[in-house]
Amino acid sequence: MTITLNSKIPAGSINDKWNNYKEDAKLVAPGNKRKFKVIVVGSGLAGASAAATMAELGYQVDVFTFHDSPRRAHSIAAQGGINAAKNYQGDGDSVHRLFYDTIKGGDFRAREANVHRLAEVSVNIIDQMVAQGVPFAREYGGMLDNRSFGGAQVSRTFYARGQTGQQLLLGAYQQLARQIGLGNVRMFNRTELVDVVTIEGRCAGIVTRDLVNGEVVSHSAHAVVMATGGYGNVFFLSTNAMACNVTAAWRAHRKGATFANPCYTQIHPTCIPQSDPTQSKLTLMSESLRNDGRVWVPQNPDETRPASQVPEAERDYILERLYPSYGNLAPRDISSRAAKRSVDSGRGVGPLKNGVYLDFSDAINRLGKDVVEERYGNLFEMYERIAGENPYDMPMRIYPASHYTMGGLWVDYELMTNIPGLYAAGEANFSDHGANRLGASALMQGLADGYFVLPYTIGNYLAPMLNKPIPGTDHPAFKEAELAAQARYQGYVDIKGTRSPDYFHREVGRIIWDYCGMERTQQGLEKALSELPALYEEFQKDLRVTGDAESMNQTLEKAGRVDDFFQLGMLMCRDALEREESCGGHFRAEYQTEEGEALRDDEKFAHVAAWEWTGDSTKSIRHKEELNFEAIHLATRSYK
Amino acid sequence: MSNHLKNLKLKIWRQSGPTEKGHFEEYVMPEISDEASFLEMLDVLNEGLIGENKLPVVFDHDCREGICGTCSLMINGQAHGPERSTATCQLHMRKFKSGDEIVIEPWRAAAFPIIKDLMVDRSAFDRIIESGGFISANTGGAPDANLIPIPKSVADAAMDSAECIGCGACVAACPNGAANLFTAAKISHLNLLPQGQAERYKRTEAMVETMDEYFGSCTNHGECEAACPKEISIDVIALMNKDYRKSKLKNRKEISRS
Ligand SMILES: Cc1cc2nc3c(=O)[nH]c(=O)nc-3n(C[C@H](O)[C@H](O)[C@H](O)COP(=O)(O)OP(=O)(O)OC[C@H]3O[C@@H](n4cnc5c(N)ncnc54)[C@H](O)[C@@H]3O)c2cc1C
Ligand code: SF4
Ligand code: FES
Repeated sequence: MTITLNSKIPAGSINDKWNNYKEDAKLVAPGNKRKFKVIVVGSGLAGASAAATMAELGYQVDVFTFHDSPRRAHSIAAQGGINAAKNYQGDGDSVHRLFYDTIKGGDFRAREANVHRLAEVSVNIIDQMVAQGVPFAREYGGMLDNRSFGGAQVSRTFYARGQTGQQLLLGAYQQLARQIGLGNVRMFNRTELVDVVTIEGRCAGIVTRDLVNGEVVSHSAHAVVMATGGYGNVFFLSTNAMACNVTAAWRAHRKGATFANPCYTQIHPTCIPQSDPTQSKLTLMSESLRNDGRVWVPQNPDETRPASQVPEAERDYILERLYPSYGNLAPRDISSRAAKRSVDSGRGVGPLKNGVYLDFSDAINRLGKDVVEERYGNLFEMYERIAGENPYDMPMRIYPASHYTMGGLWVDYELMTNIPGLYAAGEANFSDHGANRLGASALMQGLADGYFVLPYTIGNYLAPMLNKPIPGTDHPAFKEAELAAQARYQGYVDIKGTRSPDYFHREVGRIIWDYCGMERTQQGLEKALSELPALYEEFQKDLRVTGDAESMNQTLEKAGRVDDFFQLGMLMCRDALEREESCGGHFRAEYQTEEGEALRDDEKFAHVAAWEWTGDSTKSIRHKEELNFEAIHLATRSYK
Repeated sequence: MSNHLKNLKLKIWRQSGPTEKGHFEEYVMPEISDEASFLEMLDVLNEGLIGENKLPVVFDHDCREGICGTCSLMINGQAHGPERSTATCQLHMRKFKSGDEIVIEPWRAAAFPIIKDLMVDRSAFDRIIESGGFISANTGGAPDANLIPIPKSVADAAMDSAECIGCGACVAACPNGAANLFTAAKISHLNLLPQGQAERYKRTEAMVETMDEYFGSCTNHGECEAACPKEISIDVIALMNKDYRKSKLKNRKEISRS
């Protein structure tokens, strides 16, 4: 297969591209939409919104999720908020400013045209969600309230207490449920995609495994949308839900879809530090806390007094000192590295000295406890439940953790991968956040893709297929994929080794975290690339899955997912090794300024790296999509 | 590490399939740390079972942050265990004493059939939402979000109800297996908002009747409220009942008019 990466950016000025596209796109007449079957894999914000909207338009839609209900997708866990360029606060926000902030936040490694469209439709998202009954926070006058998030100097973040993702997902889920009730969507719960099928160069459908009885089944369609989320769980410990995994995107990759920028992963600065070796995941404390919390560590590495007794003069407010104009709201990658350096220098706090303080005592003095409780009450409770300490009296302890993945399936302006008919939306694609995502922009992107982009762009692909037959599931390519999937899952059971999938997952996670985490070096990445294949070989020989492949078997599910994490992990390290610059979440220690900031190399690396599968991820082929900046000048990212 | 280590005895419900007969099995859980969560304790148990070439205990979970509503364990006869307003996944072992015996069962309700061990099928909740738990607002063409001001108190009350995570503890705790708290929470979220008025009575009628199709009926025990990890107030049931009664009048009036 020869790979062509045509980004299909429409002509015109940046302000006109999306309108120009919509005016030129081919349409499917309302009465003909029923003749098209679209598969949506994933029912998070991106999947649920895309499926509901396409069903409203009249397409036949089948939706798949491994969850027991579409309402459980990982989007539910987002806390802080969603951005939109509404300028309700009159503080100088605009579509252009959101566009600029997103490109800059992404360290100039995203495609301008996509990002501008995202900023444009952001305003429609808020209107749509309010019409659906999402109970966003309000001011006393009844108008919508906003707050600010890292990387922005305006207040453009809409929120629903500390449960914005929950409320948005329930909104999208309810809209999807309505279409299910009307018979326009067929919903497949507890069903996992295990392969993608291509016939004559186009995506013809998918193969799934029923998690309850192990049955492997094919589904054919005119188009397939992957809205399957991110791969942050490759690190084992992350803020992602336990079941988040890369299998769907990875299986598409193995069938020819290029995987873009896998090394762009985001480490979130404010998570509760690990407290115990049995720990299974890390809990995020919303970034919104940095609006009122101040990050500090003691000056003295041997400090033993409780936080409240450390005098002001002996505290180092690291972010305020290093980045005076953004202070505690510096972007995530920058804040995370500042915390890491404090801990590495021995000034960490807590019993394991593995965190930094996030202190609310000033805010409580200034605003009163009631106001602080109103803003963050449920987050404080959550912290107390996990850490066993009360943040009204003692500062929180926080430390960075894997949180979000900017890399993902390569897509063009229409959100189509390089396989015709296969689309990717939400966190599963790579498109809008460059090398670093700003807070509150993932929810925005998922809903933009699902509500306002895909429903337009998919018609442009489907229209010429009207009344042309598509291959059914009796096609040999489907049968072959089914057999391969059955063999794969039976294979895990048959190894009968000694170690569980979780054991291997922890081990891969440790290697990736140590060498491809917050700070990367050539030497470390080369080490990872020698350790990972050896461990992968051990996995293939020594895995133990008890039980069988014909019934509910959570160990078996996990085995398949860990297998794909191994392959992805190797590709991440290669991507990180070949990108000889630092940008956003990708920090190569060899490429930094004297002050320790990321040093980009625009001459050599102002491009997207899109990897082609060759049968072994240590031998994948790197393709480039050059990024052209027309509306924005490439500049050094500064938050000082 | 200053963690206390505890030794526990676990009695866990094992059932290999929906129609199979289930039974309790006993396990000894040595040296579990205070810092571990309840589900991490089960992870440790399961790793041990795999080590002994046995089948691990199947249980539902995902976010482990108390928000997705997937976890669902009856712990010593209490839905989500002993800590108030806490989902199973947020419960930590510091709440237990060394030597404790802990009985772990699945949600037990006619409408939630067991799939395996501690995992149940809660899709009847989806049926209730599909029947009317939404505001019909097709994508596109929504008016500006600030066009209709919503008093803060109304938005807050709607949000209080909207916090329901759909876990099913209310049903599991109810001696009748009723889903009134879950259904009423959604009805009150949508019926309180100006955007929800157009379909208010149609929604209420459809959802209540779907609920009655799958679940037992409410006899005001109040166990649901006590079990709810999100502290959904039982008052929402009164609102639902009131709107349901009105719906019968309203909807009939509309039918006779058309
Ligand atoms: C703790 C936390 C807090 C966050 N807070 C914020 C925030 O405040 N603001 C913000 O903008 N962003 C936030 N984010 C990021 C944001 O929540 C996610 O990026 C976003 O919700 C992803 O949505 P999605 O629809 O792309 O994927 P998901 O919501 O992850 O959905 C993926 C779907 O795909 C399905 N799926 C996956 N693989 C398969 C398969 N093989 N077969 C079948 N189904 C499959 C899953 O079942 C699920 O339905 C946060 C993330 C975390 C972890
Ligand atoms: S009302 Fe409470 S107990 Fe019932 S499903 Fe909702 S959150 Fe769970
Ligand atoms: S696992 Fe999500 S609420 Fe418990």
